Amino acid sequence: MLKKTALATALSAAALVGASQAQAADYAIDIDGQHAFIQFKISHLGYSYILGSFEDFSGSFTYDPENLESASAELEVDVTSLNSNHAERDKHILSDDYLDAGAYPTATFSSTGFEPTGDGEGVMTGELTLHGQTNVIEMPVTLVGEGEDPWGGYRAGFEGSTMLTLADYNIDMSHLPEVMHELELYVTFEGIRQ
Amino acid sequence: MWTNTRSGWGLTSILLHWVSALAVVGLFVLGWWMTDLGYYDAWYNLAPWWHRSVGMLLLFATLLRLVWRLANPVPVSRGHRLERLAAHLGHIGLYVLMLVVLVSGYLISTADGNGISVFDIFVVPAVISDLPQQATVAGQVHWYSALALMLLAAGHTAAALKHHWVDRNDVLMRMLNPRRSRRS
Repeated sequence: MLKKTALATALSAAALVGASQAQAADYAIDIDGQHAFIQFKISHLGYSYILGSFEDFSGSFTYDPENLESASAELEVDVTSLNSNHAERDKHILSDDYLDAGAYPTATFSSTGFEPTGDGEGVMTGELTLHGQTNVIEMPVTLVGEGEDPWGGYRAGFEGSTMLTLADYNIDMSHLPEVMHELELYVTFEGIRQ
Repeated sequence: MWTNTRSGWGLTSILLHWVSALAVVGLFVLGWWMTDLGYYDAWYNLAPWWHRSVGMLLLFATLLRLVWRLANPVPVSRGHRLERLAAHLGHIGLYVLMLVVLVSGYLISTADGNGISVFDIFVVPAVISDLPQQATVAGQVHWYSALALMLLAAGHTAAALKHHWVDRNDVLMRMLNPRRSRRS
């Protein structure tokens, strides 16, 4: 009896702590349902585009409509999960000719600031680490939508894109045409409020 | 003529052996050369097309060869007991390494689930794909097993020449002349 009471007290205390720690603004990116994509788009010789994605990543963000300046996001990407629907190209991109995924298997993004620019829009600033190089990038982001989902949760989703100059990340593209020296990074994800 | 006997190799085994030898050396040289080609080289896409196509045909030929070898008599070995043992292990090693090189090469190109076109005539479907880092890992296995195969093939060649020039027996000749399989 005493044990049970003690257990109940401990549990309710834990629940309280948990509730106070999880702000209304904390979201986990929906990896289980895979409502999240990280894609890149790069010119091929100036004639068309190569599209590809990183399939394995995880992350979280905070989003409070009442306090937009405090918005933040953290992502960790498994570089080796790159897929451009051509295995030999993927192997080549992941080799030490380009991303050197053996030495740098992880890419990360960690936000340092957010500036609202309009209704459901803003610019997220943060540190992107890729190929062992860290650069501060700015990514304009848009709130796609938010609301209750059919399964009892609350979701908010965003999209954003930015251009990356590959030389900034020590990725040598000098043997390829000028148009291939930069790429567009596109990110969209849905978070489930915790 | 076509089948093996205890005294010599039949024409089927002889043809499979020499075509395989030519393909193995040719694929190694081609693979070594093509992986250093620049993006603007005229052979950048063509060389891998030849490499994949010949490689797939060699894989089928090797499977056929193993079936043929197991279903046929094998000519008697020559040399001392240790020599015969070394030859037997060496031959097993050559077959195993060939299969490892060929299968790992197949696993590179099919890692994303796309099949391999053989001379644009037919497509070998992808059977195993999407393993973690499949193309990269298979690529490492492909390279090191190919190196090992070349070393063992060099040893195989040296042994054959030793049989011919030093021991003066018929080991090399019976891999060249199918008529020796008639004598028994």
